[in-house]
Amino acid sequence: MQKIHNNRAWWLVLPVFLLVAFSALIPLMTVVNYSVQDIFGPGQAFFVGTEWFKEVLGDERLQDSLIRQFMFSGAVLLIQIPLGIGVALMMPKSGIKGSLCLILIAIPLLIPWNVVGTIWQVFARGDIGLFGWGLNELGFDYNYTGNTVDAWLTVLLMDVWHWTPLVALLCYSGLRAIPEAFYQAAEIDRASKWAVFRYIQLPRLKSVLIIAVLLRFMDSFMIYTEPFVLTGGGPGSSTTFLSQTLTTMAIGQFDLGRASAFSLIYFLIVLLISWLFFTAITQDDKEK
Amino acid sequence: MIDWMNWTPTVVIFFAVIASILAVMTVYEIVSPCRERKGFLPIETTRGDRLFISLLSTAYIHLTFLAVSDVSLWVALAVSVAWAAVLLRWG
Repeated sequence: MQKIHNNRAWWLVLPVFLLVAFSALIPLMTVVNYSVQDIFGPGQAFFVGTEWFKEVLGDERLQDSLIRQFMFSGAVLLIQIPLGIGVALMMPKSGIKGSLCLILIAIPLLIPWNVVGTIWQVFARGDIGLFGWGLNELGFDYNYTGNTVDAWLTVLLMDVWHWTPLVALLCYSGLRAIPEAFYQAAEIDRASKWAVFRYIQLPRLKSVLIIAVLLRFMDSFMIYTEPFVLTGGGPGSSTTFLSQTLTTMAIGQFDLGRASAFSLIYFLIVLLISWLFFTAITQDDKEK
Repeated sequence: MIDWMNWTPTVVIFFAVIASILAVMTVYEIVSPCRERKGFLPIETTRGDRLFISLLSTAYIHLTFLAVSDVSLWVALAVSVAWAAVLLRWG
């Protein structure tokens, strides 16, 4: 039977379109508009063309924070995705233990970003924080406010603590959706645990994993509050990620033109990567 | 009217062009609906997909020109239009 296409259904999308226009399109247009001007104050704007873009593209501070951002997002994905899968595999399948596990695991997700930053800021302190104090007592020279590696480790650890549960929950739901018959068949074939994971669980987790990677990538790529509260971007600028550089430029220095040019480039990067993920997901569905 | 919010003529032209591209493509789609097909791109695409890809690559082409050369951006525009045409036809 042929599917009926009725394009009048698009009218139903109109309210959402209007909302998005106000919340996303018009601000985006404003940013484009600001990126070609030098604005000193109300009524004092001068057209400068592509000058800001040229300056931003050649700015080493921004390039450095872009590299840091990619390193951070890469590290986040490399750690959180395997860890999340591992946690999901180890969680009880059902019953009271399963529910309890779900609740415990979901707790970090409920904590606001700035609170997470504060918790870890105190927790990792060498004098009063359990984590920092403990490491120092064990003989490690740990100081996240002075040492770049320590600062990175702390920010990563904080993000892993905060967001691995999301990956774990997604994988858990994916695992629960696998019919029992698959496992029974594997048992009859005397498949090893690894074979079950490799040929049954992992392929079946593919679509949830793509979503998890996309969510974690986007979230980590625009991370701001947590490192800002924890390290303030320091020591030096070693944990200053893209959005913090951008905020400093736009609000701290009130350099609207430069900041707009930079946010557009930021936006284009996010758009490209999200589109790649989106294409991967939809292609995957088509293959099925 | 464009004094409102400091809109500059360049930006107005920029968005007017994008809006008219979208409008023309919408009308084109209604007049002759397209089908998903595979060209030289590794994925199956509709006309809208190819338009999106060409717009996105246009942005990147312009940024690359700005970043690595001092050539006029009109050259970048010409390259982008040519690329978009190729993409829409054979992509």
